[in-house]
Amino acid sequence: MRTSIPKIPAAEITDEAVFAARRAFLQGAAATAALNVMPIAAAAAALNLVPGAAAAAGGKTIGGELTPTPLRVVENYTNYYEFTFNKEDATRLAQRMVIEPWTVTIGGEAEKTGVFDLADILKNYPGQERIYRFRCVEGWAMVVPWLGFPLADLLKAVRPLSSAKYVRFVTASQPDVMPKLAENKMLHWPYEEGLRMDEAMHPLTILAYGMYGKSLPKQNGAPLRLIVPWKYGFKSIKAIVKIELTREQPETAWNRFAPHEYGFYANVNPNVPHPRWSQSSERVLSGGFFSPRRPTELFNGYAEQVASLYGSMNLRVNF
Amino acid sequence: MKLMLSARQWWWLALAAFCWPLLILGVDIANANLGPDPVKAVHIRLGDWSLRLLCLTLTVTPLQTLTQWRGMADFRQLFGLLTWFYASLHVWVYLGVDQGWQWPLIAADMAESRYIWFGLLSYLILLLLALTSSVFAMRLLGRNWKRLHRYIYLAAPVAVLHYIWQLKGNLAVPAVYGLIVGGLLLFRVASWLQGRPKLGQFWPRWAGGRLIQPAKPR
Repeated sequence: MRTSIPKIPAAEITDEAVFAARRAFLQGAAATAALNVMPIAAAAAALNLVPGAAAAAGGKTIGGELTPTPLRVVENYTNYYEFTFNKEDATRLAQRMVIEPWTVTIGGEAEKTGVFDLADILKNYPGQERIYRFRCVEGWAMVVPWLGFPLADLLKAVRPLSSAKYVRFVTASQPDVMPKLAENKMLHWPYEEGLRMDEAMHPLTILAYGMYGKSLPKQNGAPLRLIVPWKYGFKSIKAIVKIELTREQPETAWNRFAPHEYGFYANVNPNVPHPRWSQSSERVLSGGFFSPRRPTELFNGYAEQVASLYGSMNLRVNF
Repeated sequence: MKLMLSARQWWWLALAAFCWPLLILGVDIANANLGPDPVKAVHIRLGDWSLRLLCLTLTVTPLQTLTQWRGMADFRQLFGLLTWFYASLHVWVYLGVDQGWQWPLIAADMAESRYIWFGLLSYLILLLLALTSSVFAMRLLGRNWKRLHRYIYLAAPVAVLHYIWQLKGNLAVPAVYGLIVGGLLLFRVASWLQGRPKLGQFWPRWAGGRLIQPAKPR
């Protein structure tokens, strides 16, 4: 099992301007900068953002050794199939989404279920910066500095019953502005995803409301999305309106579409190819033309932290 | 104003026209105008042009059959070579730019990616046809030349499969290529059927059916 800290090739190095801007933000400008952006997350960020998330991680930002991908790449390359099947068109189309006010329904096998205002949720959980690798099942990868909080904190607060074995997530359905969803194209809508309870409670699993020190852009899943860094990107569901604790393994959108190609677990694994393409390497998007592929790592480089979740499970069968 | 160009002039014009996309691509690379995943954009651009030229190459013979204009073999050769040229750049960008000549990564990727198998098969056929495209090779191979060059009928649908097989599900673009290639291959089937004595005139007159000589019954 590979456990070494991932090395980042020169090609992945961020534009200096982006990097400097991010540092500047984190070094004290947090409150003022955040107030200029989207109000819900901004208010929360201003209240709760711990610069560099130093407190939570014992003095270090989780993923601080990774160099983020240029922001212009991350915010212009998103799979948002409700709007379009083209990653470069989602930026424009997603702007029509209505994200205020926003409520999240938490239901199912828990004691304190209900409908919560996003602003109230964000008030209660200190923001942390997490710099994570993001690996798409299509074979490209990025490094993104997210702002968010552990999903476990929220789940613990609603007091899961012992019968809660899985967590189901649902994306907003806004047919007026989501053409592919309105036309019922490709996937079964609304988009839904799921995690096993232990995966959901893992400290690396976060709910993100921002990135690069700012509110999440709409195309990147505003106002609230899941980030599970050791799984393929499609597991990290965007624009969450519902979180449900369930007894049974929930249906997930891509698994429903092509069960033999996209599994429930969808853990990043270079040794388990997609039926039609290899997952052994990834194209790290750097914004430049010459940035050759690098080998993909088991669990996207997070094996040390998450491999124990899967014990002796056959990862080829449970892909 | 003299509008009529000689066949030779048309040939040069076609060559220049189909080098134009390459120039545009070069400009786009130099200006970093290819979006967040420029390598993928180049793969698609080169693959698209290769497929378009492949379709064009396959159009020459039906056009000859329908119009009875016999001066087009040179163009078929030109389009075929351009197809191979764009496909070669497509392969070279994959090996040299996308993979950066990292042979262990290339080997793993090729071994497990079925869509690449289709691409490779199609490219090997194009390579073989390009190598044997000269008049010299044609004379050398004699009757086998035609047999060999019929493998383009395999290269074309396999190239479309290569396109389809790497997508997550949105097949709109490759479906268009599929329809075009399917139509062009159907023409061959129809011509072949028509050539068989018992079936007689299969192809309607308006579509040039009378121009095809049915095989004489023995």
